[in-house]
Amino acid sequence: MKKFDTKVQHLKYKVLREVAHQAWNDTLLESVFDIPHMIVPGKTSTMRCCVYKERAILGERVKLAMGGDRENPNVIEVIDIACDECPAAGYEVTDSCRGCLAHRCEDVCKRGAISFDHNHVAHIDKSKCVECGACAKVCPFAAIVNRKRPCQIACKVKAISINEDNAAAIDNSKCIQCGACVYQCPFGAISDKSYILNVIDMLKKSQNNEKYKVYAVVAPSISSQFVYAKLGQVITGLKELGFFTVIEAALGADMVAMSEAKELSEKEFLTSSCCPAFVQYIKSAFPSLLPHVSHNLSPMAMLAKYIKKSDEKARVVFIGPCTAKKSEAQLETVRPYVDAVLTFEELQALFDSKDVDITALKEDVLDNASYFGRIFARSGGLSDSVKQALSEQKIDFAVKPVVCDGIEACKIALLKKSKNVLDANFIEGMACVGGCIGGAGCLTHGEKNKAQVDEYGREAFEKTISDAIAVLK
Amino acid sequence: MLIQICVGSSCHLKGSPEIVELLQKAVSDYHLEDEVTLAGSFCIGKCNRVGVTVQIDDDIHVGVTKDSFKEFFEQNVLNALKEGK
Repeated sequence: MKKFDTKVQHLKYKVLREVAHQAWNDTLLESVFDIPHMIVPGKTSTMRCCVYKERAILGERVKLAMGGDRENPNVIEVIDIACDECPAAGYEVTDSCRGCLAHRCEDVCKRGAISFDHNHVAHIDKSKCVECGACAKVCPFAAIVNRKRPCQIACKVKAISINEDNAAAIDNSKCIQCGACVYQCPFGAISDKSYILNVIDMLKKSQNNEKYKVYAVVAPSISSQFVYAKLGQVITGLKELGFFTVIEAALGADMVAMSEAKELSEKEFLTSSCCPAFVQYIKSAFPSLLPHVSHNLSPMAMLAKYIKKSDEKARVVFIGPCTAKKSEAQLETVRPYVDAVLTFEELQALFDSKDVDITALKEDVLDNASYFGRIFARSGGLSDSVKQALSEQKIDFAVKPVVCDGIEACKIALLKKSKNVLDANFIEGMACVGGCIGGAGCLTHGEKNKAQVDEYGREAFEKTISDAIAVLK
Repeated sequence: MLIQICVGSSCHLKGSPEIVELLQKAVSDYHLEDEVTLAGSFCIGKCNRVGVTVQIDDDIHVGVTKDSFKEFFEQNVLNALKEGK
């Protein structure tokens, strides 16, 4: 019954749960300064040098759980006092160097950066080294390591640098809000801002959905989450929390697939627009390719728009694996439709803040979308759906997709396209490796996730996209 | 007259796509396009164990199935329209 991948996630969850708990009881204002003490009581530190530092950091986490720094437009923030200032010296020779005779490291180094001391132990001259890593690859003792900060390794768009205080700093003009650093930082020093309080407030003020109705739109990757319970129990749990009803974002994906197929056949080249981090990356790194980005809203926004059109008393909360969706929901084009975004991590905290044990609940149902809408959650699903949507609409257009699994693959495809050497007419861009199931807001990331999404897809009552969207007018 | 058919998960699985089709067909068979507006709704909050929930203006009807459709339509749509006139 493991709920999280790491203890960092668990700590973040504890803070979110406590903040949510106090908010439900209307006691947050008086207890907000006590929350760190509730989580770390006593005098013995378990995580940092002393309990006082632990509490100081927890205070910052409480702030993030309550929406974070309002001055900072980025939804991803560094807690600078939590940053452990990891070594970042680049390639270094460790004491595993045995002072061998072969000196492969020296031979392979094109810059002549490697020399040897009187014990024949290698040293790297940092003024010559260009961090190519060739020496590390050839050393038979693996004695040369690359000391880089986990956050910088995780950030494939190179938005993280080290500031004058030696802490991590995010360049907002490059950051795509994918959350990779949030998930990878071993000290939990980077975190996404939470809008959990907005959601609690919205649910409370709806007066049991009398004043307005709060719709939960859940991403299809939910099928690989909350695996300790049944999906149907999660749906009941959402209603226990006070949501009026739950709808699959995958239905929005079905709608997107149909119009994306049409747009592709008209324009003859397109990149997908479902992944907000990918779209943000094109904006910041490849602005010349912006005209090629599909004009469709993302499945989240497409469905939210439909809900708001059909019910003027609707409020929409999207629940998914994604930190970038929090940013997307603030875009001018999306803001009217999506009122708040939660991650699965935050949903777990919400359940537990109200002591909703989903494993003890009856199973409800979740079914609106087709197989194709549901497999959007994993890499390759979007391309399959567009193919299907072309054939269902009898559009004679041969789609040649390039499926980009992770932002590095996206970068390669976009670079090729910008040089006009890309042999494809559709770029499926997903910033997270594996697709949405690799999202930073997931509770767990596992090998089986893709299979679980596919299985959930096959369970769909509607087999084709046309069937799924037939009921929508 | 506004007819809203629930297409939420629960009703969807109990056959709202079929009811939508039947309604569309009935509306065109009786030439009611000008009088009746069909619309979807994601949940009317009356999830039932059988059949689909349909809301006609302010009245909520639960448990509409393929078999009960004809009767439902005659009573609640055709008769209501007649009375309205």
